[in-house]
Amino acid sequence: MILTAADFVPVWPEILLLVMVCVILIADLFLRDDQRAGTYLLSLLTLGACAVVTVLTSTGDVTVAMHGMFVDDPMSDTLKVMVYIAVATMLIYSRSYVTARGMFRGEFFTLVLFATLGMMVMISANHFLTLYLGLELLSLSMYALVALQRDSNDATEAAMKYFVLGALASGMLLYGMSMIYGATGSLEITRVAERIASGQANLAILVFGLVFVVSGLAFKFGAVPFHMWVPDVYQGAPTAVALLISTAPKLAAFAFAIRLLVESLGHQSLLVEWQQMLAILAVLSMALGNITAIAQTNIKRMLAYSTISHMGFVLLGLLSGTIDGYGAAMFYVSVYAFVGLGTFGMIMLLSREGFEADRIEDFRGLNRRSPWYAFVMLLLMFSLAGVPPTVGFYAKLAVLQGAMDAGFLGLAIVAVLLSLIGAFYYLRIVRLMYFDEPVDGTPIVAPVGARLLLSLNGLAALVVGIVPGWLMTICQQAMQASL
Amino acid sequence: MSFQLFVFYLFSLILVGASLKVITARNPVHSALFLVLAFVTASGLWMLLEAEFLAIALVLVYVGAVMVLFLFVVMMLDINIDRLREGYWDYLVPALVVAGIMVAEMTVILAGRYFRLDGMPAPAAKPETYSNTRELGKLIYTQYVYPFELASVILLVAIVAAIALTLRRRKDTKFQNTGRQVAVRRQDRVRMVSMPSEKPAAAPLPTDEAAG
Repeated sequence: MILTAADFVPVWPEILLLVMVCVILIADLFLRDDQRAGTYLLSLLTLGACAVVTVLTSTGDVTVAMHGMFVDDPMSDTLKVMVYIAVATMLIYSRSYVTARGMFRGEFFTLVLFATLGMMVMISANHFLTLYLGLELLSLSMYALVALQRDSNDATEAAMKYFVLGALASGMLLYGMSMIYGATGSLEITRVAERIASGQANLAILVFGLVFVVSGLAFKFGAVPFHMWVPDVYQGAPTAVALLISTAPKLAAFAFAIRLLVESLGHQSLLVEWQQMLAILAVLSMALGNITAIAQTNIKRMLAYSTISHMGFVLLGLLSGTIDGYGAAMFYVSVYAFVGLGTFGMIMLLSREGFEADRIEDFRGLNRRSPWYAFVMLLLMFSLAGVPPTVGFYAKLAVLQGAMDAGFLGLAIVAVLLSLIGAFYYLRIVRLMYFDEPVDGTPIVAPVGARLLLSLNGLAALVVGIVPGWLMTICQQAMQASL
Repeated sequence: MSFQLFVFYLFSLILVGASLKVITARNPVHSALFLVLAFVTASGLWMLLEAEFLAIALVLVYVGAVMVLFLFVVMMLDINIDRLREGYWDYLVPALVVAGIMVAEMTVILAGRYFRLDGMPAPAAKPETYSNTRELGKLIYTQYVYPFELASVILLVAIVAAIALTLRRRKDTKFQNTGRQVAVRRQDRVRMVSMPSEKPAAAPLPTDEAAG
């Protein structure tokens, strides 16, 4: 019963982050508004320290701690490090944006770090209770972040929608979990899997619970038909927060899906059930996301629909039901997260005080204003569209290969056709940037850090696309060692 | 009838009566007070079930905190009681229908084979030294310490978010600066002025008119 030191070692990154958030919360009270950069640097430092601790405590093996509540495996370590990088990049990109909008305050950083903690808890949960608590920690911080610009009607409306629909989804998820608990008598993921494998659990109740769990999960991914919140929240939220919502939590949601569907409900009798459900979600998401995105004039809204379609691809990787497929899905979701970072980073680069570059029109003639950033945006757009040799192409290829190996040829063909449709609206932005006259001649100003990182982000989309092997190896190995 | 059974029926009677008064009392303050009575009686019933911790938590949390806040709100707001009572008889019929259906549903479930007394035998009584507060505490701080701490972090997020979203510094807010109030000296507030005392006014001279 008693916890030993061995129980605490794998949880070190979470403990460190929690302690540091509390330190930042208190230290920030003593800082004047012009010293707020201290909070910012401390937050970045915390994320860096967490990354170091995560790598140091990584054993390359599956370690269950805290009485089966917590699991530390290569998948969780890899995803956590990606989450730190994504959150830190988001903080760097959004610095001047949030300063201009009066959000460069202590709460912004503490809420972002609390959300990070929630993601970490989700990523290494081994128990339905911790999965749910991590999810709530993440969601609550997100609702507050969306509403942080409280004088903006759009932001308040978005936060309200997000909150109400999020609560509904959490309810569905809990209901599904309670059904699974009823059928198996346990909430611990490994035990649930054991009970199902032993054939003692009632399959009808399990499938009933599964339906609700998949619905809750689909909401968190933003997959059709549970996608209604995505466009409104992306459009209404401050771009910095939209960036956060669209990147790091997707990594956590991926881990969530792996833990719930693959690790606990991955038995053959249930696998066939959720494969069908995910197939419907994936096709609907890719279709609706790609087709609706064409009609958008607001780039944040367009990116929201693009997220929906990309999540369809992630689900396609998940439903293949093979280790290779899961690895491909992990590769896809991490690539998507980092390309998404860059795209929203570009919107914030073009925004300035009192001006939000969130219309597609605002990218018109970017090549005249700054050839370099036009090129960066071109790489990011090509990557989202899946044009070779950018990384997006390879990610799509890997997922399609996984799906085809698992025998889902029809789904793969549909996915290719739908992403062809999707390429249209990404390439439209490229056309606007290169072949149109600028309507807005204001020079682009941004801190050096953000500009360097953004350039790096764009180039990475190209370089990783040319040599994708190492990242793919990391993802595949993490999956093989964890499952 | 054992003493336990007697206490159970007594408490149940009070509970049902108090609950009825909650919805029928004319004054919202009385309603709230009857709700307090209902909570306390319910916690007595839980005590009979050997769930001391839940019983104490119910009194502390609901009676001690929630209901006091509730009473505050009821007393602070100027609620028009006559308006509230409008439509009482209109709502009564649908409410009775809903209540009737609920009773029927519960009867069906409770009379079913899983909930009958033979399906749910009473657990053996625990020895006198057994304390479920202690057992719960042990579980929370050993097996469930990780989710327990996470729940507390969620509460912390709720505090941070609530303050971040609602705290506004208005320029016209009036507030007391206690430090300055305490440090105030007599000289700051009262100025002693030395003035020569006034001479009593001279008696009015008789006017000509009065004389004439």
